[in-house]
Amino acid sequence: MTYTLEGRTGPWEIVCGLEVHAQVVSKAKLFSGAATAFGAAPNTQVSFVDAAFPGMLPVINRECVAQAIRTGLGLNAEINLWSRFDRKNYFYADLPAGYQISQYQHPIVGKGEIVIDLADGSTRTIGITRLHLEQDAGKSLHDQHPTKSFIDLNRAGVALMEIVSEPDIRSPEEAGAYIAKLRQILRYLGTCDGNMEEGSLRADVNVSVRRPGEMYRTRCEVKNVNSIRFVMQAIEAEARRQIEVWESGGEVQQETRLFDPNRGLTRPMRSKEHAHDYRYFPDPDLLPLELDPAWVAELKAGLPELPDAKAARFQRDYGLSAYDARVLVAEQATADYYESVAKGRDPKQAANWVMGDLFAALNRTGRGIADSPVPAASLGRLLDLIADDTISGRIAKQVFEEMVDTGADPAAIVEAKGLRQVKDTGAIDEAVARVLAANADKVAEYRSGKDKLFGFFVGQVMKAMAGKGNPALVNEALKRALS
Amino acid sequence: MSLDAETVRRIAALARIRVKEEEVARLQGELNHILAWIEQLSEVETEGVEPLPGAMRMKLKMREDVVTEGDLHDAILANAPDRADNAMGSFFAVPKVVE
Repeated sequence: MTYTLEGRTGPWEIVCGLEVHAQVVSKAKLFSGAATAFGAAPNTQVSFVDAAFPGMLPVINRECVAQAIRTGLGLNAEINLWSRFDRKNYFYADLPAGYQISQYQHPIVGKGEIVIDLADGSTRTIGITRLHLEQDAGKSLHDQHPTKSFIDLNRAGVALMEIVSEPDIRSPEEAGAYIAKLRQILRYLGTCDGNMEEGSLRADVNVSVRRPGEMYRTRCEVKNVNSIRFVMQAIEAEARRQIEVWESGGEVQQETRLFDPNRGLTRPMRSKEHAHDYRYFPDPDLLPLELDPAWVAELKAGLPELPDAKAARFQRDYGLSAYDARVLVAEQATADYYESVAKGRDPKQAANWVMGDLFAALNRTGRGIADSPVPAASLGRLLDLIADDTISGRIAKQVFEEMVDTGADPAAIVEAKGLRQVKDTGAIDEAVARVLAANADKVAEYRSGKDKLFGFFVGQVMKAMAGKGNPALVNEALKRALS
Repeated sequence: MSLDAETVRRIAALARIRVKEEEVARLQGELNHILAWIEQLSEVETEGVEPLPGAMRMKLKMREDVVTEGDLHDAILANAPDRADNAMGSFFAVPKVVE
């Protein structure tokens, strides 16, 4: 079903393409030896190259190039063995050189694709137009002084990958799924940390609307949207604005806009009125970037297993449902955790514990999988105790909570608390006899045909045994006593 | 190809160069001269000739991913027309630019 927005005069489709700026994971900047770490004191991670001092020359960071190639390979994209850097000229206080070194006509990565996962379980393929390397600009702080803006150049010159999608996105949900999937792939590849709060991943959103079946109409660009939720809101807000313009007889003007999350609206960006004339030309300070195919092959061989491949393997090897596999591969750390629990054990049971009890515990304690209060090996040992009948599944839940609270080993908890399952039929028979004696009325009802009471007796016996009775033996003993 | 007066004003504005109205005609002439010289180059037959990215026959040099510089803020800010220091550290200060 095509997503449409209802206007006064009928339905409208959304056409959307995204430009995502992903900060490259590297120690040093794209063209200088200054550090990239987030959160340093202002202007302490700036070289003379980044500050555009006269006579300084850029020298490209090999690792940043490798990261762009890895990302291209991860997006099933063409790697261009010959690419070039161009200057994009504009004036802004946080751009010391008056130009950004970018790649215009000859990007390092060409066409690729991303398969996005939608909430209803379906998938769609979104085309990638290109990926290019460029410098980030510095940061302007406008809230520090009544009449001045403060400029911090720590971010100036940090490597960015601009990843441009085809206008294949047709709904806010698809845009959200696209960014989520791209972020997941980047994190698996280790080429971008995907941290949207710190600005490591930012999106420019191109939106137009059209009548079903029409060609494209004029688009607007909404700049610098910094969360998946805001991207989805910005697309809908901008589409509704454009529908209103068309329906009231106007014409959408191509322009750059900003999204105001507080009001849920987009508004035109004043400073960009003349800025679209960037007068690109090849950067005379840099030679073309020529890649050795052997290096590209080496980088390809070193790529990790990516989420889609991993999810497919989880379904195949562990018999998981598509949904479970998708949840477990969302983060590499989660997938690794799951695999070390599942290895040599019941994989479905392992999945239930990870996605159920473990996720709940992480939520409750506000911790991530990487610093989980219960390490994978401990959870594995707990499942072993269930498998060899040392404890029942119900007692295991209790042991698990104790593990979350104390970090203790499951076997130690079972011993210390005397939770070992009772398999002694004498003790079980005795508990059964006690329960039946105390509930003579219920026994009579049961015998006169109220079969459902069997569950009640099981519960009472288990309660009498503090949950430690072996469930199968308890069932047997009850059946015997009640027959 | 020739530039009209409006294009000269536009180029000047993009380059942040203030041009007096009486200078426009002279600049227009100079720029058109330069363009004419460059247009002469198109007379050369370049079919099948690879673009020459530089005068020297060498490959792009790369650096390793190592942090080699930092804490240069005083040197970086030494020539700043205006600087500001607060609890966070040292900044360039510029007239307020707010979107």
